[in-house]
Formats: sequence, structure tokens, C-alpha cells
Amino acid sequence: MVAPLVAVKRVVDSSSEVVLTDDAQAVDGRFAGFTMSAHEECAVELAVRLGESRVVTLGDADAVEQLRAALAVGCTAATHLVADPQTFGPADVARELAGVVREHGHDLVLLGNDAADSGDFQVGIRLAYELGWPVVNGAQTVTVEDGPDGPTATVHVSGPDGHETYRLPLPAVVTVLEGGVEPRYPTVPGRMKAKKVPIEEREPAAPPAGTGRVRLLLPPPTPSDVQVLGKGAEAAPAVVDLFERLGVIAR
Amino acid sequence: MIVVLVETDLSGAAVEVSRETVAFARSLAEAGGGVPIDAVVVGEPSAGLAEQLAAYGVRDVHALTGEAFDAFSGAAWAAGVLGVRAAKNAVVVMAAGTPRGNEVMAHVAARAGVAMAANVLSFSGLSPFTVTRQVVGGAALEEMELGQRPAVFTVAGHAVEATPAPTPGVGNVVVERPVVDPADLVARVVSTEEPEPDLSGSLKSAKVVVGAGRGAGSADGFADLLELTELLDGSLGVSRVVTSLGWRPHHEQVGQTGSRISPDLYIPCGISGAIQHWAGCSSAKAILAINTDAEAPMVTKATYAVIGDLHEVVPAINAEIRRRRAG
Ligand SMILES: Cc1cc2nc3c(=O)[nH]c(=O)nc-3n(C[C@H](O)[C@H](O)[C@H](O)COP(=O)(O)OP(=O)(O)OC[C@H]3O[C@@H](n4cnc5c(N)ncnc54)[C@H](O)[C@@H]3O)c2cc1C
Ligand SMILES: Nc1ncnc2c1ncn2[C@@H]1O[C@H](COP(=O)(O)O)[C@@H](O)[C@H]1O
Repeated sequence: MVAPLVAVKRVVDSSSEVVLTDDAQAVDGRFAGFTMSAHEECAVELAVRLGESRVVTLGDADAVEQLRAALAVGCTAATHLVADPQTFGPADVARELAGVVREHGHDLVLLGNDAADSGDFQVGIRLAYELGWPVVNGAQTVTVEDGPDGPTATVHVSGPDGHETYRLPLPAVVTVLEGGVEPRYPTVPGRMKAKKVPIEEREPAAPPAGTGRVRLLLPPPTPSDVQVLGKGAEAAPAVVDLFERLGVIAR
Repeated sequence: MIVVLVETDLSGAAVEVSRETVAFARSLAEAGGGVPIDAVVVGEPSAGLAEQLAAYGVRDVHALTGEAFDAFSGAAWAAGVLGVRAAKNAVVVMAAGTPRGNEVMAHVAARAGVAMAANVLSFSGLSPFTVTRQVVGGAALEEMELGQRPAVFTVAGHAVEATPAPTPGVGNVVVERPVVDPADLVARVVSTEEPEPDLSGSLKSAKVVVGAGRGAGSADGFADLLELTELLDGSLGVSRVVTSLGWRPHHEQVGQTGSRISPDLYIPCGISGAIQHWAGCSSAKAILAINTDAEAPMVTKATYAVIGDLHEVVPAINAEIRRRRAG
């Protein structure tokens, strides 16, 4: 039996407009929508397919929303490391996650390949070093079979040289890239059930070493001088006139 | 010294984003008063690789060889890079912000017990060493201090030009045979399926590129776009969403982790214009965006736009081209 732990992070939805706090240390949550990243939704889906899964997040009080979202699609237990995620760097998060893994005796940890806000690309790998486990990065799918020497994971990655396969004994850490599986939608009964699952609350084991962040900046806005040729199918003649003017098709 | 992990393509040449990373390393080396740059490559180097890297200012090319490097393992590659780092006491270890580059640098940083900055665009100071990098999917930038040594980071694709050095480096090949701990080979590629053919050459040199993003809707949503591509004798380029979802092959991807294109005309259809996509298409001479959302960044940054559903607009354009050709 596999006992997966899946780590998700409450992040701003970057398709909403990004506004910074006055001290430029964070995105101002008052103007933002929140979600978990697409990679993590796929990690949750893979975890749920593999077995009874615990979801964990390190975040402020509102991050319970992301834990409930994972419970609603089939995770059966949840741990909330209550802390300000902006002050916890990737090494800090990895250390805290390792504590949860040890306490609950997981043999597989799934994470996103990169968080949609901090984009550090490293918590999963650092966690593997904390635990002394192997790590596969950027997985599309993960399956586990029981063998004579214990459970073995088969991991598919869409790598630069083609579709790659890894095969390794558990325990292991796997980070997930979106695209390999379709995350399921929560059902109404799923949502109801998720509301009743008790969430384990934990204090971080140690104060954070930090992120190295000096400040956030917004990229300078680019002035627009777009010429709109029209709306819908009616614009076609104007488009083809343009093609002729630019010489991309023969007149 | 600065160590740069350089990735190579199937022909054994350094990939464009790695050459960009060496160019970035050069600007850092100059700011540091002429620090040498060494490259690390994996496997026996191809005949032209050392010469190619020398043109970019590289001093030594360390080739990691031996059975441990026959198949990819992030931990083993990191061990190899750190071996070179230790022997030369390098103060900076860097790679391109590719999947491999980010993965191996994360291993390097974890093993060395230092921080790592992913997807760096520029540096603004040496003491403390301060970099600016992409966060929040490119919607914001972060200034970050990398106070520890080695400073470990990756360079966002197409953040800098891959320009050769004014004075070439030595390009001396050093064959390394590091001893790799078996624990570093547990998570290792055991098989690779026939690689996708890399057909990105025609995309990079095309005069017209038709772009397709999530707005295409599904893997079956490309017929009209492909017809337009053919009518314009161009190439199809796509967003990462399209390749991640498996709708189109990776060699068609445009952007920071795909190709950089510079056609006379780029026609992005149903592409929002995220900064990582823009990094690959900003040097198009003209852009005609087709999008349902008049406020999409791709529309506001474009030269021309049509506001509408690509599944209506593109067939109408195709019909108009055919009509004029027939008439
Ligand atoms: C480290 C990193 C590297 C990345 N590298 C790349 C890269 O190399 N290339 C890349 O492209 N992305 C890259 N991305 C992803 C990038 O941030 C965006 O997520 C991606 O470009 C969005 O793709 P999209 O525009 O197709 O989809 P979306 O952002 O979802 O946009 C879809 C657009 O289509 C429009 N639309 C929807 N339906 C229709 C319709 N019927 N007709 C017309 N318009 C319609 C919508 O209005 C919207 O503007 C990277 C991200 C990260 C973090
Ligand atoms: N605060 C957090 N709580 C839980 N998981 C996290 C947290 N931060 C990062 N992760 C996990 O680590 C992955 C990689 O994050 P990062 O290295 O920060 O880009 C994310 O996709 C999450 O799965």
C-alpha cells in the first residue's frame, strides 16, 4: 500500500491583475484571486489515484481553502503548517515538509514542479535531500507496483530527449508537471465530505532562514498602439489586404 | 571562476539558451574584473563543441564522462558540476532556465547548502550579489540577494542575446571521469522513447508564423490554423499550454522554453501573450493578434488585431485568400 503525501501552495491567480503591497514584499491579496497551481492539481490527481493521500500546505489561515479543495477531490487527510509563506524560503518549506513526512510515515511525496507565485523550482528537490530520498522531476504520470523488494514507482517524464521513464524503489519524491493527467472536478458529495475532515494544525518546527527577497517589482507597462482591423469574420478582407500590403501573399 | 552547465542538442552543439547563458556569464565576469568562465557538458564532446564555446568566451570545457552519465540523473549531473566547482573554487554556478537547467541547479544548491534563484533576467549589483528574476508567472519581478558562495542561478530563456565574445576564449577540453555515488543514480532515466524529431529549424527561419494557443480549444482545433499556415507558406508556432496538453509537439513551441522566432509577420491566435511567450516572439517585425479578449496582453502589444473567435475569423481569412486567388 502506498501512502502518498501531496504538497500544495495557495498562490495568487496570475491571470488576475497583480498589485503589490506598499512595502513591495508581496502581491496584495486584497486585489487577487487565489488558487493552487496547475502542476499541483495534477499532483493531487496522481496522489488520489495512488492511494489514501494526505495533503499538506504551509500557509496562512486562508490556505485551508486549498486543503479543502484537495480533500474535495479525494485526499483523505490534511495537515496545515500555519505560517506566513512569504517569509519561508524553499529550504525552509522543504524542512517543514520533511517533518510531516517523518511523522506520518509517508513513502511517496508528490509536489508541483514549481509554485506559480515564487517559481523557485526547488522545494521538491530540497525535500528529497532532507529525507535522503531519490527525486524525479517534472513527472507526467506516476504508477506504483508491488515487487519482491517492496513498492517500485514508474515515472514518465516528457524530457528534452523524448519521453523518458524512471523506475525506482520507494520511498521517493516526485515533482509533477501539468499535462499528464486530467484533474477531476469536485462533486457535491465530495465537497460535503471535505468539510467534515479534521485538519491537523502544526507550528513550524523552526523559524525560517528566509527567501533572499529584496523586493518585488512590476514590469513596466508597454504602451499600446495596436490597430484593430475589425471584429469577427467580417475582418477577413481587411486582414487579407494587410497580407498583401506586407507582401506575405502575392497580390 | 564561473561555471556554466551547457546543454547540447542531438547533433552535439550547444543549444541557443545555453549560449545565451554563457553570454550572461560574460557580462558577470566583466563586472567582476575578468573572471574566467568554464563550461560543463555531459558526455563526450562533439568535434565542434569546444570551438563553438570558445567563440562565446569559454576557457575550459569540462566533459563529464563515464557510465554514470550515459543516462540522465539530476543528482549525478549536479555531483559532476560540483566536482568542477570544487576543483576550481568557482564563485558562481549557473545554467539556462530549461527544465534540465532548473532541475540540476536545484540539486547543486541543495547539495551545496546555498540558495538558488530560478529564471534570472539580469543582475544589478555584485556586493551583495543581487539578481532580478521572474515570479508570479512573469506578472512580477523579484529582486533577490544571493549572498552565499557559490551563487547558484538559472537564466530565463531569451533574456539576453546569444552574442559571441569580442575576444574568444581558449576552449580547452578537459575530460572528467567523476566517481558517482550509487545513491545519486537511483533516480535515473532507464529508457527513452524515440525522441520527437526536432523540426524547429523551419519555424525559426519562417517569414510568416501562425501561432496557436489555448484558444484552439483541443487537439482537433488546428485544421483552420494549419490551412492558414499553408496558404501563407509559413510555419505553425504554439504556446506552452498547447504542448503541455499534448495537442502539438514540443518543437513547435515558441517562447522562453521554446524557440525564438523573428518572422516578418506573426499571427498569434488564441494566445494571451504571457511574458514567457513574448520572450520568443518579441522580435517579429509585425504581429497580428486574433483573440476574443481585446485586453489580452498579446492584443495590446500587437501591431494589428482582430477581436473575435479564431474558429470564425481564421476560416473567413482562409476563404478570402482562396476567393482572391480564384478570382
Ligand atoms: C518558467 C516558465 C516558462 C514558460 N515558457 C513558456 C514558453 O516557452 N512558451 C509559452 O507559450 N509559454 C510559456 N510559459 C507559460 C506562460 O506563462 C503561459 O501560461 C502560456 O504562454 C499561456 O498560453 P496561452 O496563451 O495559449 O493560454 P492562455 O493564457 O490561457 O490564453 C488563452 C488566450 O486565448 C484567448 N481565447 C480563448 N478562446 C479563444 C477563441 N475561441 N478565439 C480566440 N481567442 C481565444 C483568450 O482570450 C486568451 O487570451 C512558461 C511559464 C513558465 C513559468
Ligand atoms: N508553502 C508551501 N506549502 C506546501 N507546498 C509548497 C509550498 N511551497 C512550495 N510547495 C510545493 O513545492 C512545489 C515547488 O515549489 P517552488 O520550489 O517554490 O517553486 C510547489 O508546486 C508545491 O507543490
